[in-house]
Amino acid sequence: MGLPPEIILEAVLNGLLTGAVYGLVALGLTLVYGVLHIINFAHGALLTMAMYAAYVAWASLGVDPYVAALPLAALFFGIGYLVQRLVIGPASRGKDENILLVTLGLSIIIENLMLAVFRSDTRSIDVPYAMDVIEAGPTLLSYPRVIGFVATIAVGVALYVLMRFTMTGKAIRAVAKERTGAALVGIDVAHVYAVTFGIGTACLAIAAAMLLPSFYVSPRVGNAFVLVAFTIVVLGGMGSVVGALVGGLVIGVVESLSGLFLGESLGQIGIFLIFILVLLVRPTGLFGARA
Amino acid sequence: MTGFTTGRRGVLMASAGVLAAPGLARAQAPAIKLGILQPVTGALSQDGEYGRLGADLAIAEINAGGGIRALGGARIETVFGDARSNPEGGVAEVEKMQAEGVLAVVGGFASPICLAASQAASRYDLPYVVDVGVSDQIVSRGLTNTFRFGPGFGVVTQSALDNLVALNDGAGKPSRTVVIVHEDGLFGSGMARLLNTELPKRGFEVLETIAHPTPARDMNNVALRIRALRPDLVIPSSYYAEFVLLSRTMQQQRIRPKGVYCVLNGAASNYRFVREFPDAANLVMDCNHWPDPRKPKTAELRRAVEAQNRFWLYNTPLNYSAVMLVADALERAGRADRAALITALAATDGAFTKHIMPYGPTRFVNGQNQAGAPVNTQVQGGDIKVIFPRDFADAQPVYPVTG
Amino acid sequence: MTPRDLVPIIAFGVVVVAAALLVTSNVALNFLVFTMIIALAAQGWNLLGGYGGQFSFGHAAFFGTGAYLTAILQLRFGMGAYPAFAAGIAGAALVGLAIGALAFRSGLKGSYFALVTLAFAEVFRVLANAAEITGGAAGILIRLEVNPANFQFADRGTFLMVAGSLVTLALLATLALERSRLGAQLVAVRENEAAAQALGVDVLAVKLRAITLSAGMTGAAGGLYAQYFLYLDANIAYGTWISVEALLAPIVGGAGTVFGPVLGAVILHGLAEATKSVAGRIPGIDLVVFGIVLILVVRFPPRDIPGLLRRWRR
Repeated sequence: MGLPPEIILEAVLNGLLTGAVYGLVALGLTLVYGVLHIINFAHGALLTMAMYAAYVAWASLGVDPYVAALPLAALFFGIGYLVQRLVIGPASRGKDENILLVTLGLSIIIENLMLAVFRSDTRSIDVPYAMDVIEAGPTLLSYPRVIGFVATIAVGVALYVLMRFTMTGKAIRAVAKERTGAALVGIDVAHVYAVTFGIGTACLAIAAAMLLPSFYVSPRVGNAFVLVAFTIVVLGGMGSVVGALVGGLVIGVVESLSGLFLGESLGQIGIFLIFILVLLVRPTGLFGARA
Repeated sequence: MTGFTTGRRGVLMASAGVLAAPGLARAQAPAIKLGILQPVTGALSQDGEYGRLGADLAIAEINAGGGIRALGGARIETVFGDARSNPEGGVAEVEKMQAEGVLAVVGGFASPICLAASQAASRYDLPYVVDVGVSDQIVSRGLTNTFRFGPGFGVVTQSALDNLVALNDGAGKPSRTVVIVHEDGLFGSGMARLLNTELPKRGFEVLETIAHPTPARDMNNVALRIRALRPDLVIPSSYYAEFVLLSRTMQQQRIRPKGVYCVLNGAASNYRFVREFPDAANLVMDCNHWPDPRKPKTAELRRAVEAQNRFWLYNTPLNYSAVMLVADALERAGRADRAALITALAATDGAFTKHIMPYGPTRFVNGQNQAGAPVNTQVQGGDIKVIFPRDFADAQPVYPVTG
Repeated sequence: MTPRDLVPIIAFGVVVVAAALLVTSNVALNFLVFTMIIALAAQGWNLLGGYGGQFSFGHAAFFGTGAYLTAILQLRFGMGAYPAFAAGIAGAALVGLAIGALAFRSGLKGSYFALVTLAFAEVFRVLANAAEITGGAAGILIRLEVNPANFQFADRGTFLMVAGSLVTLALLATLALERSRLGAQLVAVRENEAAAQALGVDVLAVKLRAITLSAGMTGAAGGLYAQYFLYLDANIAYGTWISVEALLAPIVGGAGTVFGPVLGAVILHGLAEATKSVAGRIPGIDLVVFGIVLILVVRFPPRDIPGLLRRWRR
């Protein structure tokens, strides 16, 4: 198929913009995995919930999603903290397979609660800048998606700084590496777990605010992003912040290009094949530490 | 019936019914149980909810109008089942409905649910009226209990094709090149295959066929391809969210083909889309299930739906009509008996006029209504108008789109 | 294996046969058949996940292969239903062996193994949705010809007997495995892979045998599904729903135990049915209740309840 180079360039740019938001969704997942060593099945449902929150902020309170992003992040930090502290932690009683069940139960609850409250309709918001474009040479870049890209980078940098240079970050890393040791030196492990889960959920809130102007929300919308987020987490190395960001961009571009060459449907295979290959060749991902 | 208030007209009709038959002890006529099967949770919950709404409104209207007269004014009692968006759920609910002694089942929405549920019903010779499910396999299995009032895949695609050619010819053949965008499920894929073989025979050139999954996270690449190919016509067949994403991206990328001609599209005939994105929606055409705009009942039902703060979607009139079909057959059967009902359903003819679909005289062959057909709609000035076939149209097509 | 060990399994078989003969409600029979299909898929997962500690998120790959082969061999190649079913099991086992060879040879464990199986299942799903032979997106319909020779039965009771017998066989096979050398090695691998290796266990061979058996058993569930519902599409056969069902039941009922998957399947589907009755006009509420009960079951496992009661009385 002879494709003009500018199309390929556009597809790559497009993949980067889309991949950034994937990375944002994956950030929360990888952080939770790195510290709690759990696969959080409720991640998609929490994203859905955050998108409804952003929707309500716009539709009922008239608050622009970009303005709502930080307050929502704070709110969802609180929600994530409480969910881990009051539900996942106690209910799982320290067993990994129980965490699987509990997060699955949570996702069923959240998804259907959203269905009961907001009904099944697919909702979108029409912000004034939704149709704005940034002209970059021959290509038109969607304004909301460029904003999403910038926000992802900002969140990534903020998380990196948090993890590297703050006491909280040090405690999180200590617990991630050696939970018994961390407990012995007086770190409140349950608190650190909940903080980590809270940060992961806060990332979702920002992702939700970035997605909403150019996407839509329905009770199952989060599921569309979960599988791809898992892929990114593994690709980037479980627990790695930088890995999630780079992985997101890589997957975005792979998806975009394989969609271009194989069609959007079969193009999905591209992601999974890359995923399988990476795992088989380098099971710790691109940025993961050796297990 | 919570959530439904009978209109003034309904109340009047109810009292008329009482006045007309004062001597009958109507309260003693045993209620007829009717199974309404819809997926109201899971991936298909939106369609299920709007389908259920149509069935509820029809049943409320029948009961307000004096029930089934031939059965002593028997009321219809709903036995609702949530198919949970999968075939197993559909089968389980049919079994429950059977245990509750329903006389017939209406609904299913998705083809896999309809296939499994109608087959489960066939074990009990339980009449099953499909509301939407377009797979032609539904009516080709030789199940005598299964009926479909609306059109199947073959008829929809053929009509879409014929109407497109007629529309293009009528406008002086402005379009020649086509890009097809379709969801990769049963309908979209089959549709794309057919268009690829048939369109070239009719003077069109298919530049590219783009399949996408549901849900799709991103339609930008599809728009990108369309922009590069510069087709005269874009033919999308997708579910609601994906088409909204596509048309918004097309608007953003300043892609303006001579026409957007959808086929069984989840959004192009959806008032939510028209209301929320009037610019993206304007002048989009769709070949789809749609009620007959010239029947007064259509407007009345639409008002009842909008009074509940719900949007007007095709699932509602289709289910309304399917329930009316069962009621009509019951009147003719004269007995609350499944075999009699199946015979009556199969014998339905043009005398059945209580439906609101733009179909000719009803005639069932092997359970399929031969008159069932889609129509072409177009979004014009914030409203959805029927533009084709002319017999049912309430507006002229605006095509080719200029500017 | 002593005769005593067989008692519960024989009892289970007797109960299922009795249910098939005595229960007249088709609602109940349909519920039991579906639960048995899930229990069989879950028992397959249990061999690898429960005994071997290798958690798979992608048992849909095996379920779907068993289901599709059962259908395709009948429809496209004119095979009888029973040989097709058997071939479906064999095909699923082969797919298991192939995925296992790729994943275990690369040393994938834990979450990495889980996610690679998930990816394989997704690849199968996308391919099946696009391929010609599977009927593509339109799906595949097994012709309705009710005749025991076609593996189609006029009443649900007979099907329950067949499904129940297969589950009973799976229970026997699981018990046999538990008592076998392979079973012991598998548990050793689960508990401490390095130690098992040091003791001379061929870890890779043990894992490969386990995943092959596991995949075959889950493939049998897929074949049963195909014969029971007579319709398949890619989302049914290879969808994540069945991967989740297959792992959920053993975890709830007790992973790495003979009866865990059956118990879990009965508990989960029983709960789902029970909560369905609370569904009101608002869709979704019943599933919210289901989710809450699921978490409560994890928090207060049924096997702990007697102890909790005792403590509470004191």
